[in-house]
Amino acid sequence: MSTMRSLSFDAIIIGGGGAGLRAALELAKSGKKTAVLSKVFPTRSHTVSAQGGITCAIASADPNDDWRWHMYDTVKGGDYIADQDASEYMCSEGPKAVFELEHMGLPFSRFDNGRIYQRPFGGQSKDFGKGGQAARTCAAADRTGHALLHTLYQNNLKNNTTFLNEWYAVDLVKNANGDVVGCIAMDIETGEVVHVKSKATVMATGGAGRIFASTTNALINTGDGIGMALRAGFPMQDMEMWQFHPTGIYGAGTLVTEGCRGEGGYLVNKDGERFMERYAPNAKDLAGRDVVARSMVMEILEGRGCGEKADHVFLKLDHLGEDVLGKRLPGIVELSKTFAHVDPAKEPIPVVPTCHYMMGGIPTNVHGQAIMQKPDGSDQIVNGLFACGEAACVSVHGANRLGGNSLLDLVVFGRAAGMFIESALNEGIEYLDASESDVAAAMQRITRWNESEGGETVPDLKRELQDIMQTSFGVFREEENMVEGVKRLEELRERIANAYLPDKSNTFNTARVEALELDNLMEVAEATAIAALERKESRGAHSRYDYPDRDDVNWLKHSLYFPAEKRLGKRDVNFAPKTVDMFEPKVRTY
Amino acid sequence: MVTNITNLGRSGLSDWLLQRVSAVVLALYTLFIVGFLLLSPGLDFAAWSGLFSQTWMRIFSLLAFISLAAHAWVGLWTVTTDYLKPTGIRVAAQLIIILAIFVFLVWGIIVLWGA
Amino acid sequence: MSKLQVSLYRYNPETDSAPYMQEFQVDTQGRDLMVLDVLHLAKEQDNGLAYRRSCREGVCGSDGMNMNGKNGLACITPLSEVVKGNKLTLRPLPGLPVIRDLVVDMGLFYQQYERIQPYLQNDEPAPAIERLQSPEERDKLDGLYECILCACCSTACPSFWWNPDKFVGPAGLLQSYRFLADSRDMATSERLAELEDPFSVFRCRGIMNCVAVCPKGLNPTRAIGKIREMLLANAT
Repeated sequence: MSTMRSLSFDAIIIGGGGAGLRAALELAKSGKKTAVLSKVFPTRSHTVSAQGGITCAIASADPNDDWRWHMYDTVKGGDYIADQDASEYMCSEGPKAVFELEHMGLPFSRFDNGRIYQRPFGGQSKDFGKGGQAARTCAAADRTGHALLHTLYQNNLKNNTTFLNEWYAVDLVKNANGDVVGCIAMDIETGEVVHVKSKATVMATGGAGRIFASTTNALINTGDGIGMALRAGFPMQDMEMWQFHPTGIYGAGTLVTEGCRGEGGYLVNKDGERFMERYAPNAKDLAGRDVVARSMVMEILEGRGCGEKADHVFLKLDHLGEDVLGKRLPGIVELSKTFAHVDPAKEPIPVVPTCHYMMGGIPTNVHGQAIMQKPDGSDQIVNGLFACGEAACVSVHGANRLGGNSLLDLVVFGRAAGMFIESALNEGIEYLDASESDVAAAMQRITRWNESEGGETVPDLKRELQDIMQTSFGVFREEENMVEGVKRLEELRERIANAYLPDKSNTFNTARVEALELDNLMEVAEATAIAALERKESRGAHSRYDYPDRDDVNWLKHSLYFPAEKRLGKRDVNFAPKTVDMFEPKVRTY
Repeated sequence: MVTNITNLGRSGLSDWLLQRVSAVVLALYTLFIVGFLLLSPGLDFAAWSGLFSQTWMRIFSLLAFISLAAHAWVGLWTVTTDYLKPTGIRVAAQLIIILAIFVFLVWGIIVLWGA
Repeated sequence: MSKLQVSLYRYNPETDSAPYMQEFQVDTQGRDLMVLDVLHLAKEQDNGLAYRRSCREGVCGSDGMNMNGKNGLACITPLSEVVKGNKLTLRPLPGLPVIRDLVVDMGLFYQQYERIQPYLQNDEPAPAIERLQSPEERDKLDGLYECILCACCSTACPSFWWNPDKFVGPAGLLQSYRFLADSRDMATSERLAELEDPFSVFRCRGIMNCVAVCPKGLNPTRAIGKIREMLLANAT
């Protein structure tokens, strides 16, 4: 222990995706001693896969567009458990954050007048739902995430941000007062384990879609930040809320952007019927993602699915013509050819709802400060711990995220966290140093794997975990099945605690990283399962056969999962935006 | 910017341009000589030396020799920087090449104008 | 059913004095898997096998490697495209130091990328909205900004093999031109001044291996030609 090297920073940002890089940029500009610690080279983070765009009322497609309309859509899309103060902040600050990205060089597509191109996305409206479909998603063709992530990385280079690339954060270090004062991290290339001390630790670790067998998420999306925070005893919010994207490519799981439907594509069943007209007469294929995904599953369950097994539907794009496809959706054309063996200019793409996004995460305020709950139910700030991006639950997505809002979430709240930490550091932060036993506590898990001498191996256990989640916690859920799932997860947790890492070498040991990731998947899966079982209603993406209706009397609340007791509590949703009247919960139709 | 002091033009752009211009000169000169040989079936010393006694031919030839020297320097310098990694060996090779090119150039001028 | 014969480059500096090729039999069950799937299956046989991967859909650029002699991304290369005679040979990207197995040290590659100042430079005060750019101006960035930094091109380039410390390489030059071509960038002459030496751009010999291997279908050789044209126009 005494030989372990330590590094000290004012702020350490764990995760090099959009949120982490945006926060880092703010801090690097301020001259604070900051580092980004990322398990992959930053441009390999999952933000790179975002396709359709970043939704924001920049009033380009429609000069009269209003951020309040965007806020209305966001709150409605989240089935009214999105915090209204946070949604207000995101939608009103959004244009500033998007223009900053453009000034940094993001190669947005353009309208003829030279302004940023915006396309229609699901759940978008004008005039608080009364003015028809809006086009509010700013796009760089269908590679917006790639363009955004590279632009942010480039600007971090420009501002000399320190990068610890291909370093893996293992666990948080807490001091005797329970403040977060850094983390234990491993340099993957050398295997060296280092104690990273920092006054602010930012979880920008992204999502955890890999808890499901079928997901659009990258292989690296293993919920590392969520796992770390849960092991450190912090509560998680709304973990039952998982978005299933309507259009994952059948079989492969790779994403096909909602922008396809924004550009005029639509879904058909085996009879060639545009079935969304039945489920959402107004918005049709551009209803909320949860609505579209459920409709697709209904079609399949009622025997109108396509293919030999009748287990998917088709996304029809051929009527758009090669010009539009080549100009606006070139990446989709490539992906379809590679993963579906289909040329979308000629044939429809086979698609199926696929796990896509974690609406829940570490509860935070709009400054990115992590929140826990006092015994009386009021909020308490966690000293030293911050979160932004998919790992955080601010919450702007509520029970269902709108398309294009994740990229906006990243830059708005990455920036906000950076700005807040800068001012906090300027005011001075002093926490008690971690003691040797505090550090030892954070070392426990990696030590366990390193000393394991036999048992089950990681790939088998991971497959089983994904199978449980897929079977019991998919698009439609019900009690009995979920009880069974929770029980199987409990057993699995025991087995994972005794699992075996055969390869103990130090140099670029990816097997060790995958073992550590498995622990995090387990944490996320269990939090999801228990929250899903306990929320006895259907809301947004959480939809139960046994409780098919929304229950605003009991569940117009965030769920809060407490890991120590494996208990689900509740937290009030914010209904107090600062500059606009709040949006009353209404029946949600599209 | 990568600094160099042993390349011909001190700039990649001028080396690149010289290489291309000199190549054109050499191509024209080669075509001319080959054409002359083909069109002069009973070529004898008098005709050959007659050709080279004309001022325009001497200027054309000198241009070709200088082009050859420049072309060789740029080309061989590039080869040495690609394949000769130890500095001592590379610099020695470059000096030998430069010396040889210089000798051949001066010799060429003597042959051309000295007679 | 006959299994796919997979020959993998192995090297762990802690235990191996030299790299070697190891044979695996992988049961593809007759499916046309991606090469990355085959690696997953091989890793289940030998947990110690190291390779990078992330998005598994060809946009993150992690899993560039040499497959039966040609660089590409394992995740979007189907077996039917590379396998000949039921045999697949996988090696790390050529020309960069190997850390372990298929994992190379990308340091030199990233250094060359950083050298071209890969960020927009414009000191004029930014407007309250976005900087305007016409669709035609924006079109000039197509085929340039899509680079995923997978290094397939630069590690297939003999000029980069010989001078990885001095020749920017196709990936870096493609990005250099991405900013030279951007109507919003104001640092054109400074960028060109950094490139006019004999190595940075001019070591390109037009071999076009970069074009042949780019998994995104980009054309670095054309971008290099454009940079040369700009240098020439600027200096004559």
